[in-house]
Amino acid sequence: MQPFTTHTGIAAPLLVDDMNTDQIAPFLPSRSLKDDYKVMLFHRQRFREDGSEIPDFVLNKPQFRSAGILVTGNNFGAGSSRESAVWSMLANNIRVIIAKSFADIYRENCLQNGLLPIVLDAAAADAFIARVVSVDGTAPFTVDLVAQRITGPGGSDVSFEIPAADRTRLLESLDDIGMTMKHIEEIVSFEKQAAVAQPWLQQAVDRRR
Amino acid sequence: MPRTLFDKIWDSHRVGQRADGRDLLYIDRHVLHELHAHHAFAQLEKQGRPVRRADLTFAVQDHTVATKPGRDETTNPTGTAFIKAMREGCRKNGIRLFDVDDREQGICHVVAPEVGLVLPGATHAVPDSHASTVGGLGALAFGCGTTELAHILATQVIAMKRPKRMRVRLDGALGAHVSAKDIALRLIAELGVAGARGFAVEYTGSAIAAMPIEQRMTLCNLNIEMGGRSGFVAPDDKTFAWLEGRPYVPQGAMWDRALAHWRTLASDEGAEFDREVTLDCAELEPQITWGTDPSQVVGISGKVPDVGAIDSNRRAAAESAFAYMGLSPGTALAGLPVHRVFIGSCTNSRLPDLEVAATIVKGRRVADGVFAMVVPGSSSVKREAEAAGLDRIFRDAGFFWGEAGCSMCAGGNGDRGEPGERIVSTTNRNFENRQGPKVRTHLASPATAAASAIAGRIADVRQLAGLT
Repeated sequence: MQPFTTHTGIAAPLLVDDMNTDQIAPFLPSRSLKDDYKVMLFHRQRFREDGSEIPDFVLNKPQFRSAGILVTGNNFGAGSSRESAVWSMLANNIRVIIAKSFADIYRENCLQNGLLPIVLDAAAADAFIARVVSVDGTAPFTVDLVAQRITGPGGSDVSFEIPAADRTRLLESLDDIGMTMKHIEEIVSFEKQAAVAQPWLQQAVDRRR
Repeated sequence: MPRTLFDKIWDSHRVGQRADGRDLLYIDRHVLHELHAHHAFAQLEKQGRPVRRADLTFAVQDHTVATKPGRDETTNPTGTAFIKAMREGCRKNGIRLFDVDDREQGICHVVAPEVGLVLPGATHAVPDSHASTVGGLGALAFGCGTTELAHILATQVIAMKRPKRMRVRLDGALGAHVSAKDIALRLIAELGVAGARGFAVEYTGSAIAAMPIEQRMTLCNLNIEMGGRSGFVAPDDKTFAWLEGRPYVPQGAMWDRALAHWRTLASDEGAEFDREVTLDCAELEPQITWGTDPSQVVGISGKVPDVGAIDSNRRAAAESAFAYMGLSPGTALAGLPVHRVFIGSCTNSRLPDLEVAATIVKGRRVADGVFAMVVPGSSSVKREAEAAGLDRIFRDAGFFWGEAGCSMCAGGNGDRGEPGERIVSTTNRNFENRQGPKVRTHLASPATAAASAIAGRIADVRQLAGLT
């Protein structure tokens, strides 16, 4: 995973709530072990059945084709736990999503992959969305995770909050398993204790075999 | 201090706290499926990390397997590579696999409880958002992503922030042909698709006490559709009776010891919840979705709502749903012609679901022009249904009777509808394009789905002649 410090890109407004992962990363008939995540992103919003583009979809508009930041509403990433809904963002160089809120599993998946999920409160989010709409892709925004600040055209800097630990994890690109392995002795001692306290949990045996 | 059941399970599984503030929660049972397993195996192999507790890890082929009678791993060509990759990963790592041809293969959330891998007070993780289905047996289950899946394989713990606690109290005796599916849809309608976000939800009340285990699983299955992190029901005598004798459930002295512990698994009197919700289920009629998210729900005698009746910040979504679903405000749901009916999925594919549907279907015919499918949740369910003659009832009525798997729920195995088709489906998500491009999905109970297949239209099962 790539460390995240700053990211500069065109901000695209996706003006919906509850965007679900079935829309972000649909199952495609072409599915394979090595999926094309670039093509997968919002596939059915971006393309018709015959493969032609749907021009109205925000990421198909000329000014947002290379967007690097997505700005959206409440509960982004609802539904399925599929991580392809994050990988497909990264495959399109979208490394920041600014939303009013995120679905729980989706937010965790973002943090696992170096995609910065920014939550703005409703008023700040509405103001920022209006600004992004008015800038209309004419100039990029920069998101600085060190300074916890969004800078760009059409207004003053916007600061954002993120739990310190999540920020560190993104900045340092911390290895999730590595972080937990520091606690391996606690895990081993938990297992020993559990084998005595609730032994049926520490063994899973098919009695017929 | 009085504690909730959630707190008891969480605290007894908390291994420690990581530098980033997340609790490390021990996972007693970890169940994989083929859609995500290969990524995790590849990731671990690249890092040279072993699977820490293969003996507590299980794998089930479900999302991509074909349902066609006589199927094998090649019947759905896009699934073959996924199936083989998980098989290979399980072989290398010594993980018990419920393979395509296993007697007990099926949907992971159906198979795990059925074989006794789910125990009250245990923690579960599955790389699938419907993991909390097994909460119906009093287990605390979490859906996770692929990287988290690799993390659990390597460490046997999940790193999580402690969720908040919600209690949903469901009271009242259910009316005829009303089931857990209807309760869940009504709850999601009331709370919204993000209403339980950040919460572990305990379902309780007289309706729960009266509810069979399979329906409790249906209810807990749909917990994620209101955004819940986990959902469960405290175990009771019904739970213990349901579990006893299943292959992976402890026996003899160990059973007695476990049972004594399980009887302590309840929220203490006076325990505090961060949020409490109640729903009176006595007046509930069968429910059905009209839109493109699971909160867009009306009673079966209801109509597509007028824009004015919809919360202002939900109006844009509603208008988009009207267009996608080909419906106008004021249209009655009952009577809309349907093209397809699907009975199956981790939500509603257990034996009692099929029994309910068969009772309605028996001696009747699927309406002309309707393609109706029943896909049992597991090969065991299928066998039991066949032993009871249910397959005959469905096939005589003109239903397709399939092999077990996730099937049309998300169409990952190639089972899907045609553009523009209207489907009554017992699944969990009515999202755009989920059951096929431009397919219009109405979520409902097995009873409503069966009645609609017979009528050829969305039907109020209570009005189907000859049913008592």
